[in-house]
Amino acid sequence: MIWLTWRQLRGSAAVVLGALALAVLALAVTGPQLADILRVSGTDFFDRLGTDGTKKAVFYLGTAAAYAVPAVVGAFWGAPLVAREVEAGTHRLVWNQSITRTRWLATKLGLAGLGAVVAGSIGLVVTWWCHPLDEAVGRGYTDNGPFSVPRLWPELFGSRGIVPIGMTVLALAVGVTVGLLVRRTVAAMAVTLAVVVAVQIATPVLVQSHLLAPERLTTTITATNLRGIQMAGEPGAADPRIGRVEVAVDQPGAWVTQNRTVDPDGKVVEFLPAWAEDCAPAPGTSPDTAVACFTRLAEEGYRQQVEYLPASRFWALQWMETGVLLGLALGLVGFCFWRIRRDLT
Amino acid sequence: MTAVLRAQGLGKKYGRRWALSDCDLEVPPGRVVGLVGPNGAGKSTFLNLAVGMLAPSAGEIEVLGTRPTGRRAQRAKVGFVGQDTPTYAALSVADHLRLGAHLNPGWDAALADDRVDRLGLDPRQRAGRLSGGQRAQLALTLGIAKRPELLLLDEPVASLDPLARREFLQDLMGAVADQQLSVVLSSHLVSDVERACDYLVVLVDSRVQVAGDIENLLATHHRLTGPRRDPAKLPAEQLVVSESHTDRQSTFLVRTDAPILDPAWEVSQLGLEDLVLAYMGRSAEQRNPSRSRPTLEALR
Repeated sequence: MIWLTWRQLRGSAAVVLGALALAVLALAVTGPQLADILRVSGTDFFDRLGTDGTKKAVFYLGTAAAYAVPAVVGAFWGAPLVAREVEAGTHRLVWNQSITRTRWLATKLGLAGLGAVVAGSIGLVVTWWCHPLDEAVGRGYTDNGPFSVPRLWPELFGSRGIVPIGMTVLALAVGVTVGLLVRRTVAAMAVTLAVVVAVQIATPVLVQSHLLAPERLTTTITATNLRGIQMAGEPGAADPRIGRVEVAVDQPGAWVTQNRTVDPDGKVVEFLPAWAEDCAPAPGTSPDTAVACFTRLAEEGYRQQVEYLPASRFWALQWMETGVLLGLALGLVGFCFWRIRRDLT
Repeated sequence: MTAVLRAQGLGKKYGRRWALSDCDLEVPPGRVVGLVGPNGAGKSTFLNLAVGMLAPSAGEIEVLGTRPTGRRAQRAKVGFVGQDTPTYAALSVADHLRLGAHLNPGWDAALADDRVDRLGLDPRQRAGRLSGGQRAQLALTLGIAKRPELLLLDEPVASLDPLARREFLQDLMGAVADQQLSVVLSSHLVSDVERACDYLVVLVDSRVQVAGDIENLLATHHRLTGPRRDPAKLPAEQLVVSESHTDRQSTFLVRTDAPILDPAWEVSQLGLEDLVLAYMGRSAEQRNPSRSRPTLEALR
């Protein structure tokens, strides 16, 4: 049965794993150079990197590959796994050899699952490639480019570590399940693609911030920790309002999940009191010009509440999220085994 | 002798529609059984129930003395060639044999190789490139080389041209003779059955109309033509299968083991096709007189 599964899967496996091997090659060649640059540079690390177009291309390539793998595996390995057999009627051939359906499905899922784990490991390679970047972020180096985005942030988190493995295995399970339900290969591939992309969008937006209890920090707003402020209303309007105050936490690489202002009663306020409009730093000026404003805010009892995950929780969150994805995959696989034992002609 | 296939009150429902209902059937061992009926009679459903592709909604079915549960030991004893004789289009003939060898503990490699050789199949040829007849032969080879005790074939020749059809059936007969297996073959063509089978089961509207040894069936069915007569006045042992009347004349198709003694009748023998058609027509008229008779395609 392993032979047959391999015989059926090897074409699409070769395409996906071959493409990934090229990406890994590009990462492997450029990765050590990145570490060299870090070794010889200081706070100007990101400035030096910013001019390197090749590194940027490889960075985007690796990240894109890690995000694309689940969708590709789900649609091209998962969806046809059962759907193609049922569509062509070959399930009637193979199920009438001396083999149980359960074992047939287990072998197929096992081999494809193994492939999915291998393909999803691209995330680990990307993590290895990026570790000089992450170390630089940890040292507090920063710039405005893509290289200095902390790896805990949702836009990168799903392309690093073991989450791509979990996502790829889940995508495979989604593909097989959809194929079993839809029973037509092309339709199953399309539905799988849509579902996997939806899961990839929903996971960072809806799930990632709920997996671990964040650290909490309550602080006064000061000229030094202020990172952003927003003026609502038209510029130069009679009554602009000040809101969306954000302060920085002294935690390089942390992922700030909440940054809000509370009044003396501890209630969250959307806008600062009206008097702040007159003393807040004008757009384009340094916060140092408005020290009095911050002092008065502190005296009246306004505080900033920040929730964040420190960079050290990266792997804990990785395991947590991967666990959730694998749990979902397991549920779907269980359904597939239940379904396959029922009527299918 | 125990039946290789036994159904009791067997039924299968798809949603609200019964594809097969209240089916009782026994198939003796060592026979080549033709399961005949119009399209939609439930032949495929019955065979799929027999190999465990479907689970019955009602009643029971036993294959070789046990229920078709899909267990490995049972799988090895029952061969099945599904409708349209499915094969993997991308795999070569040799790959198919390898598949069979990998998946069947009782695989007879010599038999399989010999068959492929004799049929003139190129082992390197992909199954998708084979003709319909060759593909059917390949599927049959897989079914036979696993050395089953019972081989079920669901309309194996339905999509073949007359020549390929004859070759396939002849080849099947040869294999049956060599291996002493029991075969159930479904078809909607009487000519297929006439060529290949020695036992007949007529299934119409999911009910078995008649089942028996073909020679015996032909010997016990007669067409009686004579002056008009009420069927109730026929001897009790003469079962009327069908009847038709004109003002003066009556024609009966009867089944009886006893000789026909009444000199008023002109007795003639039936062909298998007439016999099957009579049973098919009968059920349609009895159950639903307004409905048109099920058609039987004749291939000559």
